[in-house]
Amino acid sequence: MAMKQSPAKRVGVTVAAWLVAFLIFFPILWTFLTSFKSELDAIAMPPKFLFFNWTLENYAEVQERSNYLKYAFNSIVLSVGANFVGLLIAVPAAWAMAFAPGKRTKDLLMWMLSTKMMPAVGVLVPIYLLFRDLGLLDSLWGIGFVLMLLNLPIIIWMLYTYFKEIPVDILEAARMDGASLLNEILYVLTPMAVPGIASTMLLAIILSWNEAFWTLNLATSNAAPLTAFIASYSAPEGFFWAKLSAASTLAIAPILVLGWFSQKQLVRGLTFGAVK
Amino acid sequence: MATQQTSAAARVLVAPSVILLFLWMIVPLAMTLYFSSLRYSLLDAENIGFVGFQNYAAFLSDPDFLSALVNTLVLVGSVLVISVGGGILVALLMDQPVFGQNALRLMVIAPFFVMPTVSALVWKNLLMNPDSGLFAWIARSLGMEPVVWFTNHPMMSVVIVVSWEWLPFASLILLTALQSLDEEQKEAAQLDGAGALPYFFYIVLPHIARAITVVILIETIFLLSVFAEIYVTTGGGPGVATTNIPFLVYKEALLNFDVGAASAGGIVAVILANIVAIFLMRIVGRNLEG
Repeated sequence: MAMKQSPAKRVGVTVAAWLVAFLIFFPILWTFLTSFKSELDAIAMPPKFLFFNWTLENYAEVQERSNYLKYAFNSIVLSVGANFVGLLIAVPAAWAMAFAPGKRTKDLLMWMLSTKMMPAVGVLVPIYLLFRDLGLLDSLWGIGFVLMLLNLPIIIWMLYTYFKEIPVDILEAARMDGASLLNEILYVLTPMAVPGIASTMLLAIILSWNEAFWTLNLATSNAAPLTAFIASYSAPEGFFWAKLSAASTLAIAPILVLGWFSQKQLVRGLTFGAVK
Repeated sequence: MATQQTSAAARVLVAPSVILLFLWMIVPLAMTLYFSSLRYSLLDAENIGFVGFQNYAAFLSDPDFLSALVNTLVLVGSVLVISVGGGILVALLMDQPVFGQNALRLMVIAPFFVMPTVSALVWKNLLMNPDSGLFAWIARSLGMEPVVWFTNHPMMSVVIVVSWEWLPFASLILLTALQSLDEEQKEAAQLDGAGALPYFFYIVLPHIARAITVVILIETIFLLSVFAEIYVTTGGGPGVATTNIPFLVYKEALLNFDVGAASAGGIVAVILANIVAIFLMRIVGRNLEG
């Protein structure tokens, strides 16, 4: 309630806001700090907040013992690759629905959205068996395909809402000038929609990066991304908190940065345009 | 204007997406339905036979199902109350003209980008461990006994972790809705001398009501399928104390290898999710017309 406030109240509100934000953020900060401690400092009582022997050995050990880079590579391949393919399929579809809508376009959009509502456990068994028979378990192709399909409706929806904001006149002008459909999409629509496409991709990559149902169930080692890498730390072996923290920091840092860039689009993407 | 030519092209361009999503949705679902009518165990793959609704009867009358259903509802309900209630408060606070608003927003939204396996393990070990977790230290400093979170209050612990993951989402969406409240309305309320509470209940709440509904529906869809947080912390236990429906289906399928029972469970989960989905679709659909 932004009404006129006395200076005292303003200070109070500011302090309260910072306190709340700090508490919400604290577990991440704590993980980050713990990742630089020795295992003994990590479980020290009382906890050591800033004054401990900062060390990088956990990061070295995490890479050495559980081969972080392999999992990180899988995460990158899966989240970028799957969504790039998704984008190639989605752009034409979103173009068609935004600029050449038919009577059924709205129903089609709603139906695509409805595929997102299906709980994963509803199809876990057949997908697992199909993948087993096709030799796709623990393969990047198989898991990438699933991740692509999971995000396809969101990608189409987000692109659709962005394309709707582009004046159709410009596309028609290009058409009058004799541009082919492919050229119209590639050289007229795409450059204008770059911000929308970029934020769509950003959100899609974040969602795939953190997807932890299919990746845990379909991947065991070769194709396992970071979600599974972290899950392997659920069975404790002696002192492991500092290593767990280092592994966690490595797993979330890249996506946290991307996430901060895309927070505005997040609202639009995750509410399917219902809240802008 | 869509000419005949473009609408023909449109159909071709939409086709790949439609076909892929159709295959993804209908084929596995049909297979699940089919499997759910079979006696089919991966341990005894020779002995497959039609059993009609027996798997459903067995799944639905299994005491574990009832407790999984209750656990699912408790988990979804508690997280909704905490994240939406807390989200409204956080959004109201973030909407104030305070110093460093952007930095605050980044801090508040951050947990949403943390992968579920990380949040669950960090909370379980670094914060909630009864011996050397941070909460234990706080409790001892205040002269209290540390809480043995995941052993004595397993469901509450899972609720806390999942609420922390979803509070940022609710806050961000509600903040976005709050910011679209126009200045004139704010000023008018101020001129009329409206108190803080009436202002909230008569002007703010109606304005963000739709956003709250959207948050509730979207969160419900995701919360009905919480899996990784349980998988890496409690493994559904102790006993079945934190086994929700997705986890129960996973256990039937990949630990007990009972395809028939797991499929019946999967179909039950689909029906539950669809009840929620219908409401969400209606709201989004209304938005599409505007």
